[in-house]
Amino acid sequence: MNEFLLIFRRDFKTNGIQPSPEQLQNMMKEWQNWMGSIAARNKLANSGNRLSDEGKVVKPGAIVTNGPYVEIKEAIGGYIIIKAESMDEAAEISKGCPILTIGGNVEVRTIVPMEL
Amino acid sequence: MWKSGLSFQWNFNLGEPSSDLIMQEKELLPHLFRTEYRKIISVLVRHFGFEQFAFAEDIASDTFLIAAETWGLKGLPENPVGWLYTVAKNKARDLVKRNAIFQHKVRVAVISDEKSDPETDIDLSEENIKDSQLQMMFAIADPILSMESQIALILRILCGFGIEEIADAFLTNKETIHKRLTRAKEKIRSAQIKIILPSSGEINQRVDAVLTSLYLLFNEGYYSSNHDSVLRKDFCLEAMRLTLLLIENEKTNKPSVDALFALMCFHSSRFDARVDDKGEIIRYEEQNVELWNEELILKGHYYLNKASRGKELSSYHIEAAIGYWHTIKDDSTEKWDNILQLYNQLLFIRYSPVTALNRTYALSKVKGKTVAIEEAEKLGLTNNHLYHVLLGYLFTGSENTKAVRHLKTALKLAKTDRERNLIRKDLKKVWEYGSMGV
Repeated sequence: MNEFLLIFRRDFKTNGIQPSPEQLQNMMKEWQNWMGSIAARNKLANSGNRLSDEGKVVKPGAIVTNGPYVEIKEAIGGYIIIKAESMDEAAEISKGCPILTIGGNVEVRTIVPMEL
Repeated sequence: MWKSGLSFQWNFNLGEPSSDLIMQEKELLPHLFRTEYRKIISVLVRHFGFEQFAFAEDIASDTFLIAAETWGLKGLPENPVGWLYTVAKNKARDLVKRNAIFQHKVRVAVISDEKSDPETDIDLSEENIKDSQLQMMFAIADPILSMESQIALILRILCGFGIEEIADAFLTNKETIHKRLTRAKEKIRSAQIKIILPSSGEINQRVDAVLTSLYLLFNEGYYSSNHDSVLRKDFCLEAMRLTLLLIENEKTNKPSVDALFALMCFHSSRFDARVDDKGEIIRYEEQNVELWNEELILKGHYYLNKASRGKELSSYHIEAAIGYWHTIKDDSTEKWDNILQLYNQLLFIRYSPVTALNRTYALSKVKGKTVAIEEAEKLGLTNNHLYHVLLGYLFTGSENTKAVRHLKTALKLAKTDRERNLIRKDLKKVWEYGSMGV
């Protein structure tokens, strides 16, 4: 069983497509149910974190810019770590992620185990 | 040897049964064995140390043997409990005097003043009994002992259960339990585990270990279906009594202890509703809610509120909240949605197959059976009979052939008659559906 990082991205910037507070509230439950479904299979390795939309980007030459997404529209909204037999299974699990219902996407990455 | 009395009353104040319940002489001694043996043992072992465990057991057993003989001939003494304590103290003193090895090993170590009378040193006051039992709990919940050994020791030393009853509870024989207990006591001796309360720095972590064993003891009584309902109640009651000991001491009274107690109250409120008069289990959705015990539900509310102080959110808090929602009689979507969210939370903290199955049941109540079937089939618990019971339930009414197939697999995998009887009832339900042409 390998571990995979699921990174959730969505457009936080474009006006008019942002979910209402009420929609966000309802989505919370869908997130819990989706993660609960992974956990019920004993495949949730780490329930991860949600990220706020504030952020800074630090670049070489002491350049600090506001916002994590100054140049691209999409930003990371959160992540979890799951256990799966294969990348295909991890991708299959990701298909149920609620972020897909509001135009976001899930990036699935294999976590390279630490060599001891 | 005395078999511990199983006539223990289901007593809601969780203290000892009141005297009018034990008027009859022949019931009194087994009852006293259950309530007093464990107290005498805890006090003696704490007094003499774990290395003299067999000694303490001899003294306690002899005390009850003498009581049986004497009371049989001369009738009951005025104060039976005081009588037992006096005999135990005298026995201890006599044995200390007689046994040279004991004298050499223990008397010198424990009693610094050779002239003092050991009788005065054995303190069977209520306070010392409570302290001894509390400290014994921490000694037993030491990480060097396996969970199985811890529970066996708790049942033997702190609850006064007989070896045979413990063997029944673990679905094994007396020899196995005897060996397990002997090995565990040997380990405690060689590791020189002290019978004391841990320091305040250590206590949080150690309370967790004690709570785990009490939680498992309660579950053994509540969920395992391999012993009769009286014994099951006793296990639960004992777990609650010991949890109350932790609540009563300010050093060990943590929010998680209150949460565990609340959870025990909520669950045990259904004790009378979940077993029929033949001792067969009645599933939650088929229980007569009038039989749910209001007093215990209210007690649960009180302790769950008390558990909410501070920031700690233990798995017992979540389980107590799940227990709370199960005491709500109205079968609403709101109820099951709350239960579903709590099971999600519980799974984030700690996976267990039973939690996964219960979560999927709650999901079926919120999102319907079709969604739940899809999720259930992903659980990967095909060797678990409860997995097939759940799928049997979910398919009943829509795909009865599949329901029957799952229930028959469950029947093969089930380990006790009581479970098999319950599954046969489920099968009957599917056939009833079938004959109605549904």
